[in-house]
Amino acid sequence: MPSVKIPRKSTDTDMTPFVDIAFLILSFFIMATKFKPAEPVPVETPNSVSSDILKEENSVLITIDPDSKVFLNVSAPKDKSNSKIGEVIEELNTSRAMNLSPKEIQSFKAAPIIGVPFASLKGYLNLSPADQEKFKQPGIPVLDTLNNELIWWVGAAKKVFAGQKLLYLIKGDNDSKYPTFEAVINALRKNEEFKYNLITSREEAPEGTELYKERLRQ
Amino acid sequence: MASIDSGGGDSGHKKGPGVKKAKKLSTRVDMTPMVDLGFLLITFFIFTATMSSPTTMDLNMPKESEKKEDETKIKQSGALTILLGKNNQIFYYEGELTQENASSVFKSTTFKGIRDEIIKKRQEVIKNYRPEPRDEEIKQKAKERGDKNWERAALDRDFVVVIKPTAEATYKNAVDILDEMTINAVKRFAVVKISDTELDLVNASQGQ
Repeated sequence: MPSVKIPRKSTDTDMTPFVDIAFLILSFFIMATKFKPAEPVPVETPNSVSSDILKEENSVLITIDPDSKVFLNVSAPKDKSNSKIGEVIEELNTSRAMNLSPKEIQSFKAAPIIGVPFASLKGYLNLSPADQEKFKQPGIPVLDTLNNELIWWVGAAKKVFAGQKLLYLIKGDNDSKYPTFEAVINALRKNEEFKYNLITSREEAPEGTELYKERLRQ
Repeated sequence: MASIDSGGGDSGHKKGPGVKKAKKLSTRVDMTPMVDLGFLLITFFIFTATMSSPTTMDLNMPKESEKKEDETKIKQSGALTILLGKNNQIFYYEGELTQENASSVFKSTTFKGIRDEIIKKRQEVIKNYRPEPRDEEIKQKAKERGDKNWERAALDRDFVVVIKPTAEATYKNAVDILDEMTINAVKRFAVVKISDTELDLVNASQGQ
């Protein structure tokens, strides 16, 4: 019986095009990715079915950390020189008579997040950026209805950004207590602001619910 | 698969004696580890990219008003009051809470169970629907809003959910219950301060 010789072919494949594709996709992702800026206050946001993506606009970000401390950050992405943020602190400087020096105002513009009462703001701004990072901020007092300092902060921001769109973002931690959130809302309401954006993580609508059906229809 | 072939070895032409054979090395490099690395990095970037897109939930609060006549009246028959207690507990009751009926209407549930209660209450409200002249207006408004179900918009017009968080509720509870309103398409809901009677009942139930 004549044996049929099957020619042995190499199983090696040329991987080069594969590598090309892999690195092409990789470079795309590197360019498209925007890294999360380092968070000065670690916060774990609750999930919600809301699908609106957070827009980058002038905003007052109110952060509530797990210990129910309140922090504030004013950001104006289009205003590179941070002059608007400077105006906010100058506004407060005059209304609350804090006697901040120009250097301290400069320090405020660079500070990532503020969570100190007005009484200790001057001292905090005098620290070097490295010391500011180490300093344990006590949070802006809000729970006391008579001395809700957030009202002043929001009022100053509202005045400076008058005529422009200003978002009020509330970023609360899962474990923060409800009364703090209520106090934050009250501070905004005192300033005649009734529209807020709560920062949440994405979650799908549960199956079979009204919202699920609504989204299927679209 | 992963192999580097050592070249042809001694193939082909023979050279004369004494001529040293230069070993021919293949120029082919195994690309497999490189592909592995490439895809590893891709997965890393995909993950970090999707993680950093927070969403926002819109919240509109009503204007604070001192005047009694500005307050919205709600029909007791269509009201469902949800109280948020500590440790993710929920208490709820339908209609009005009085000293007498407290033991029968005041119930407790969890965040999983509250959805069914909301759905049940809504269906009950729809069942008890009686046409009223203002229904046309509600339908018209829903149509303008682009609601595809506008013809049914007036059916649950009396359905209102009243949310009353206690001081021990967390922010997550508040967001979850507001989310539940979106999930169940509850059109009318309000966040209200808890009353003393309700607080006493919640505390008594939590003490157990």
